[in-house]
Amino acid sequence: MAEYKLELKGVCKSFPGVKALDNVQLSLRPGTVHALMGENGAGKSTLMKCLFGIYKMDAGEIYLDGQKIEVNNPDEAMKHGIAMVHQELQPIPARSVGENLYLGRFPTKNFGPIKIIDHKTMYEETAKWLKEVKMDFDPKAQLGTLSIGQMQSVEIAKAVSQQAKVVIFDEPTSSLSDNEVEALFRIMNDLRKKGVTMVYISHKMDEIKRIADDITVMRDGTYVGTWRADELTTDQIIAKMVGRELTNVYPVRENKPGEVIMEVKNLSSIHTKSFQNVSFQLRKGEILGFGGLVGAQRTELMEGIFGIRGVASGEIYMHGKKLKIKHPIDAMNAGIGLITEDRRGSGIFGCLSIKDNVGVSVYNKYLKAGFILDHKNINRVVDDGISKLSIKTPSMKEHISNLSGGNQQKVIVSRWLANDPEVLIMDEPTRGIDVGAKHEIYEIIHDLAKQGKAIIMISSEMAELLGMADRVCVMCNGKLTGVIDKPEDMTQEKVMSYATQF
Amino acid sequence: MVKTKQQKIQDFLINNGVIIVMFILVIYTGFTSKNFFTGNNLMNILMNMSSRLVIALGIAGCVITAGCDLSAGRMIGFGGCIAGTLLQRMDYSNKFFPNMEPVNVFVAAILVMLICAVFGTVTGFFIAYLSVPPFIATLAMMEIVYGISLIYTKATPLGGYVKEYTDVANGKFLGINYLIWIAVIVAAITWFIFNMTRHGKYMYAIGGNPQAAEVAGVPVKKTLILIYMKAAAMYGLAGFMLGAKAGGASVQLGYGYEMEAIAACTIGGVSVTGGRGKVSSAIIGVAVFELLKAALQYLGVDANAQYIAIGIVIFVAISLDIRKYIAKK
Repeated sequence: MAEYKLELKGVCKSFPGVKALDNVQLSLRPGTVHALMGENGAGKSTLMKCLFGIYKMDAGEIYLDGQKIEVNNPDEAMKHGIAMVHQELQPIPARSVGENLYLGRFPTKNFGPIKIIDHKTMYEETAKWLKEVKMDFDPKAQLGTLSIGQMQSVEIAKAVSQQAKVVIFDEPTSSLSDNEVEALFRIMNDLRKKGVTMVYISHKMDEIKRIADDITVMRDGTYVGTWRADELTTDQIIAKMVGRELTNVYPVRENKPGEVIMEVKNLSSIHTKSFQNVSFQLRKGEILGFGGLVGAQRTELMEGIFGIRGVASGEIYMHGKKLKIKHPIDAMNAGIGLITEDRRGSGIFGCLSIKDNVGVSVYNKYLKAGFILDHKNINRVVDDGISKLSIKTPSMKEHISNLSGGNQQKVIVSRWLANDPEVLIMDEPTRGIDVGAKHEIYEIIHDLAKQGKAIIMISSEMAELLGMADRVCVMCNGKLTGVIDKPEDMTQEKVMSYATQF
Repeated sequence: MVKTKQQKIQDFLINNGVIIVMFILVIYTGFTSKNFFTGNNLMNILMNMSSRLVIALGIAGCVITAGCDLSAGRMIGFGGCIAGTLLQRMDYSNKFFPNMEPVNVFVAAILVMLICAVFGTVTGFFIAYLSVPPFIATLAMMEIVYGISLIYTKATPLGGYVKEYTDVANGKFLGINYLIWIAVIVAAITWFIFNMTRHGKYMYAIGGNPQAAEVAGVPVKKTLILIYMKAAAMYGLAGFMLGAKAGGASVQLGYGYEMEAIAACTIGGVSVTGGRGKVSSAIIGVAVFELLKAALQYLGVDANAQYIAIGIVIFVAISLDIRKYIAKK
């Protein structure tokens, strides 16, 4: 048996104008979990896409069990026993679990002269594979009705069903709750015992330390090195990823929470399964964290406050005055801003410039003669935002889709700052942002609080939640189960105990 | 990123492929057939372009919000018929309203636009508030408007217009027909709306990402209604213009123009996936179409075969256009 199950050597890949991979290598020991780490844009996904045949590499070789192989498309990769669980799931929500699992390779049977799909076999087999990954939902269930974590398991079951010897996990946990992450790790451990070799891409250090045997670090499209996971501390990994030491991840708290400015009383959704009877208070200059598992209805609660989702009963007060919020415009007029969790889905306007992305919510404020846009002043506001938040861009005319995730997020923050809200709700503000940029976002959040803005921050990353928030509200299944306000109570265990009450 | 000269030329050719081909075709036609490069012919092409541009500018708003408007063609016919019935000579034997004095031309134009705008508002309401997909909502309105036109005119063609009305097409200001002036004014106003008003910016935002627009406090519903209302008014105006040019109208006026207008917009660079498109896109698209038609006619290509040529141009133009965005990924 070869020393390595799979080896990539001297991989180079250029896109027009950028060298995405420069002489990168990767060596996977058989039956191990190999973590591939690096900041966003380091080239991890690109490397995996080269391995999986989605991209064609400009140079480089792939060895499987010591034999050189060619991979020109995903189909060939699968024939070699390589499977990939994609970062952004690409399932077909309107079809059943079984159909998704067997997409492109449906079992068939003969019906006279023609071949038809053998549904019975398909669903029986699907049930078997789902069992294999310790999931027991109906193979005939429509995929769209499952949670993201469950969909992920379907993808994994798919990889397992292909008898894959090498499975690539491209940031599988970015949208999973802690429970679902546990389930995923159980599956991965099982696979490891069966001798499956895995590549695991993730930003989350604690996960890497728990699951990985080996770690390969990449930076700016180049290979930095490979280590045994237990040889490195978290700080060392981060230092290797960013090429510099990150001393203080979270800014030193200098914000001083003041008087209560917003109060939510007994807010209930029109859906009984969503948020119910939630009450909390928010102070000036405070960072109020919202913790809980995915599905705890935190996002729904915030969207309810902001007028995007239906509210059946309950009140929202601002400076003691009751608000009537039927539409985001009402919330904005009351001085509330919302940065949504799904940046691409409901945050950025991908085909528009930075200027238009910032300007969209302030056009009402900058008008000449009541209806002509005052481009001069709008440009000033946008330029202000770019320099204040140090958004890296050649000009405000640049399309936002050309920016990195962190810079896109900063553009959205500056959209709301242009509106000068008193309360800014940030839903998973650092999701999908690399380590360096995360730090900048933390600084921005902290600065805003220091200036007296009240911040609500939803975060599923425990460390971030505890590191940033002055107080933490924890939700579980639509109910507010606890508020942690003493610094000594701010522990992971406390949050988890509130988050798993039902 | 530094591009080599060769890459730059290649990019230029791809980005402007259709326009370059069009340019070559026009030059070729000009040299092989006399009369093509004459003031008269140019004026003719501009006259044809004028009403088409008004339609395309109306539809561009819908397309930029990732919608479409199938009712445009029937709305044009409807507008042309209303204008026709209001502007017939007293001594015309088949006069629709025998005892009614013809109304003032401006009043007629405004009335036509207002009536069409009412129907556009209804379409917009269904799209914005009841979330009916634009394709279906405008399809429904297309049928309704056609039915109303048929009932209103009893399916008889209209003619015998007062001189003031036909002068809208034939009359000139600074040597250029009024029809062309109207198109220029409409284009200027549309440019202003697209670039200098909130409404225009909201339109791009909705086309770019409707969810994000909602969160950013854009009045999505009102904006959508306004877009379909405005578009319908422009179709009405186009019907009015076409009636003036032809000196008559029937319910079939404008039939199929909506498809050509959508195609023209996309050729010029209005993206059907939403969020992209300018006034110049519509102008370029309409110009490409009208020049193509004129050139083919001058080259003696069979009128029926011209449809095939138009189809091919759409295929090629859109394939090249899509390339621009795919290459960026």
